[in-house]
Amino acid sequence: MQQKTILDHHQFEITIKRLCFQLIENHHPFNNTVLIGIQPRGVLLCNRIVETLHSLNIENIQSGVLDITFYRDDFRRRDELVKASSTKIDFIVEDKNVILIDDVLFTGRTIRSAMDALLDFGRPRKVELLVLVDRKFSRQLPIEPDYTGMAIDSIASEKVKVQWKENDDIDSVIMLTKDE
Amino acid sequence: MNNKLSVQHLLGIKDLNKADIELIFSTADNFKDVINRPIKKVPSLRDITVVNLFFENSTRTRLSFELAEKRLSADVLNFTASSSSVSKGETLIDTVNNILAMKVDMIVMRHPKVGAPHFLSKHVKSIIINAGDGAHEHPTQALLDAFSIREKLGNVEGKKVVIVGDILHSRVALSNIFCLKMLGAQVKVCGPLTLIPKYIEELGVTVETNLMKALQWCDVANMLRIQLERQDTKYFPSLREYSQLYGLTKQRLDSLDKEIVVMHPGPINRGVEITTDAADSHHSIILNQVENGVAIRMAVLYLLAAEKP
Repeated sequence: MQQKTILDHHQFEITIKRLCFQLIENHHPFNNTVLIGIQPRGVLLCNRIVETLHSLNIENIQSGVLDITFYRDDFRRRDELVKASSTKIDFIVEDKNVILIDDVLFTGRTIRSAMDALLDFGRPRKVELLVLVDRKFSRQLPIEPDYTGMAIDSIASEKVKVQWKENDDIDSVIMLTKDE
Repeated sequence: MNNKLSVQHLLGIKDLNKADIELIFSTADNFKDVINRPIKKVPSLRDITVVNLFFENSTRTRLSFELAEKRLSADVLNFTASSSSVSKGETLIDTVNNILAMKVDMIVMRHPKVGAPHFLSKHVKSIIINAGDGAHEHPTQALLDAFSIREKLGNVEGKKVVIVGDILHSRVALSNIFCLKMLGAQVKVCGPLTLIPKYIEELGVTVETNLMKALQWCDVANMLRIQLERQDTKYFPSLREYSQLYGLTKQRLDSLDKEIVVMHPGPINRGVEITTDAADSHHSIILNQVENGVAIRMAVLYLLAAEKP
């Protein structure tokens, strides 16, 4: 397995900051905007964005976590059952601007499920999508991000992994390629 | 932790292992969250049809299963033996195969005969959940009981649980014993000796005939109903005497020097095994058990359905 860093910890920080500024541009003062991280790894990105916004003196951010396991479209179609995680949305979604957050956008199926799951909590005014990595040309559904950390071209056999200080001791994005 | 059950059917707790039970509990935690939302429904089982085959009366279990199935977006068929061709002499396998021919994926069955779901699982091609077979097992009840203990006391391991009443005719007692022992609880059974099966100690439980001693020992008391419909002979002189010796009253609860948790699988015969003031006291988690029943059954249905057809 070959490993290539495509975003080192320095670029990582800059990218997160840029995403935050883009959010501020569109949503400041966040009165009617909420952030929702998709379990499990979108939650880490969501938390990091909330932290960064705090450091930019934006305090009143409402954020939640959403688990999409029970909304997946591959139930009974995959060999390994995905284990459910918790959902925690302590605010009203009705009529809010919701920013859905995930680390990597690949086929778009997770986001499809997330929209389904989200609508069970109410009817948001608008839903936007923020991702750290957009794997272009791999979509299976017509879904595109509104905020993108970085876009990369990759083939299906390659794996993109976002590493987090909290779990992996380092912030970075790496691409894993199978040896020939 | 595993994310797959080791079994294809839920026939009894006896067939499960500890990892299975833990997986069911953690999945039920998620479903408990779902059923407390404004929209209490997820689409997981939308391409599945479940039939509830009830050859014996039931209110709670049937409603609970039906609700669990609907909360998972499954299509539900209900079948009660009294209004069916069973009374015209059709065999169990024929009845079930006819239902399966209509493209049904899962069967939830209650049957008065011990082993009926086991028999069925060997002869038909479908996923089977035992919702009670005679005086044998009632696995989802035991799971929801243990889940309720875990919710109330934080853990099942090391807890002392006494099961009081008609142990002889109770499938709830047997499944509870298997489940609680597997999770590391200590279990005692209490009741008149005529209602306690011989050799029950071989399951790793102790026997106590004095209710007050049993209550003083335990953290949780699970009060069972006297199953008069299964009793072919007199096991004790009168219901009045039974309730005086083995009925749980508020007075008995208050005389203990500690707080215990009171459970009952329902239906309650108020004034027999438990009095109204004890059943409705703050000790009781009877209605929590009912709520947890839906979450547990959702977890079981979901995990069994997950297997690729």
